[in-house]
Amino acid sequence: MVSKKEHSGPGAVSRRRFLAGSSAAAALMLAGLPIGTRAAGTLKIGVLLPRSGHLALIGQDCQRGADLAPPLLSDLGYKGIELISADTESNPDVGRTQAEKLIREGAHVLVGTFDSGTTAAVAQVAEQKGIPFVINIAAAPQITEQGYKYTFRNFPTGPMLVKDGLVLMNTLFKATGSSPKTAVLMHVNDTFGTSMLNGIKALASKVGLVTEIKEYIAYDPKAKDLSVEVAKAKSVGADIHMAVTRLNDAILMVREMVKQRYEPMGIISPGSPGMYEGQFLKALGKYSDYAITNVPWFDPRQEMAVELGRAFTKQYPDLLFNLNTGFTFEAVLIAADAFKRAGSTNPDELAAALRTTNLDKHVMVGGPIQFNDKGQNVNIRSATLQNRDGLPRVVLPESSAEMAPVFPVPGWRDRG
Amino acid sequence: MPFDFYINILVAGVLNGTVYGLMALGLSVIFGVMRIVNFAHGEMMVMGMYAAFMLNVWLGVDPLVALPFVALALFAFGFGLQTTIINRFINVPEHQQFLLLLAVGIILTNAMILLFGPDARAIQVSYAFDSIELGVLVIDKVRIYAAGTAAIIAALLFGFFRYTRMGKAIRACADNFLGAQVIGLNIKLLYAVTFGIGAACVGAAGTLIVMLVDVHPHLAVDFTLLAFVIVIVGGLGSLSGALIGGILVGVAETLPALLTFVSIPPSMKSMFSFALLILILLVRPQGLLGKKA
Repeated sequence: MVSKKEHSGPGAVSRRRFLAGSSAAAALMLAGLPIGTRAAGTLKIGVLLPRSGHLALIGQDCQRGADLAPPLLSDLGYKGIELISADTESNPDVGRTQAEKLIREGAHVLVGTFDSGTTAAVAQVAEQKGIPFVINIAAAPQITEQGYKYTFRNFPTGPMLVKDGLVLMNTLFKATGSSPKTAVLMHVNDTFGTSMLNGIKALASKVGLVTEIKEYIAYDPKAKDLSVEVAKAKSVGADIHMAVTRLNDAILMVREMVKQRYEPMGIISPGSPGMYEGQFLKALGKYSDYAITNVPWFDPRQEMAVELGRAFTKQYPDLLFNLNTGFTFEAVLIAADAFKRAGSTNPDELAAALRTTNLDKHVMVGGPIQFNDKGQNVNIRSATLQNRDGLPRVVLPESSAEMAPVFPVPGWRDRG
Repeated sequence: MPFDFYINILVAGVLNGTVYGLMALGLSVIFGVMRIVNFAHGEMMVMGMYAAFMLNVWLGVDPLVALPFVALALFAFGFGLQTTIINRFINVPEHQQFLLLLAVGIILTNAMILLFGPDARAIQVSYAFDSIELGVLVIDKVRIYAAGTAAIIAALLFGFFRYTRMGKAIRACADNFLGAQVIGLNIKLLYAVTFGIGAACVGAAGTLIVMLVDVHPHLAVDFTLLAFVIVIVGGLGSLSGALIGGILVGVAETLPALLTFVSIPPSMKSMFSFALLILILLVRPQGLLGKKA
């Protein structure tokens, strides 16, 4: 897919900016306010996302979260939010130049960028230019370990993700009165899969995971067929099947498990994409049910999350609302909240307001949105998602659950 | 490791290998007769995969039902390609033939990216999740259908070449080009039919493989390479060699799972088929069923 680049250069007017300007002008006429006063009351948020390239599908998921934010936030009392968007093309260097471009175009805050490589590049630019940067999604720990004063991450770090994922497994077993003693772990053999694996190995004993991981089975991310790997996993005879996957291989893996009649107590991902995604649910139908993924997710008990979900479904009826959309919306919310409290678009005042963020009403599972002195939100929690009737549902933690977890899960042939 | 694990893996390897064998047959037929190596082989297979995908997704046609139509379409494509372009390159140096077919491959790959995008597409058949139990064996129904169909097509092809007049004529061209000319065979037509048959084989293989593997445009390179390994192992120009080579490679791909006493990274899976290739080239360079040079 090819995305149209917005016109750039001094004096160029994109359609989005023209329409925004028209709306602002109309509002001014109705309000009878001087132009200068209204202009000072607008926060320009530069949104950087990978809308093309190999992360395009996810980048566009994120973009939807950003696009839904201004009207919804306006209804909630956050006025004067204007988005200007740029495509990082799934490339850190492009991300850097686009960040600089947005700042030249007058962005007061940056939001983005989904992947850790591009996020690190943009954080550097933000620090140099003294412009606040709210990270929607990126898990590499070092991004908030460099003493940056203008970077604020509203997403768990890699270690936080793994730890939460494993702790939730124990919580699941306790909640369902089950006690699987052994596990086999299949993982994708790329940078992401390997770092997850290393995290799991390092943290499993520390968090006291009750299940022993008997064997680790790596597979090629380009694998066209996982029949051999699944047969190997089956032959281990473990109680549960753990998986660290990407979308396509998650589909291959479960399809093969059905064919080989490999029926562990359950399939659990301690934190990886794949099994909660729309394409997985669609491709596997009834066999996608009961798969469990421990990931950060929107909180169905939060009113703001329900409102956002409703707006999303109304605007995009064929798509599934997911964490990419939710976290990007929250990033815009955080910027808008800081703007409201600071009463100014001055970068340093915005940064100071961001540092004192305390949002108990938000979208994603976890405590209030607060940033520690490194700019990391340490209150984000993962949720346990279980696919039920073709949709991912929050089953844990109990305070956010929309239904009770089912574990052990029914066999493949027992699904109606 | 339990016994049933080994036997299931080997059976899956044989079934996969039979389909690989059909894929390689297309390459072997063309080389055996015309001495042209089809470097666009994988791309033609991916065309077959997408054709089956379209028929399945848009018209709800089962790939097994779609197979004759896809094979016919690929036959027409191969026939047309040979009569219009490849025929001019029969007697030119090999590197020019290589460049021509490489160019065809590149054009086909990019055409498919334009039409379908770069993402992987999967086909859904009603029996996609079914398997058949035979004692300790749990055999994937899709693999059984695919391998069975591949075997039937291969048998039909052997029959064509052995028992039909046109098949014999084509073999005559392969055996002795000058002799074939002397007795008045229509070489151009026979070559066009040969290329068409080769394309039909690989199109049929694509229709079967799409039931096993998700399709995307860049799959072509992997399969062209795999076809070369199979044809060299089985013996260039040997039809039965292609089938046997396919089965050997299919089984070789399962070896990493069998060697449980060493930890082998999954990306080295294809190491075993290449090791088999090297072994064959060292010990029997003409291939298992190839003729001595």
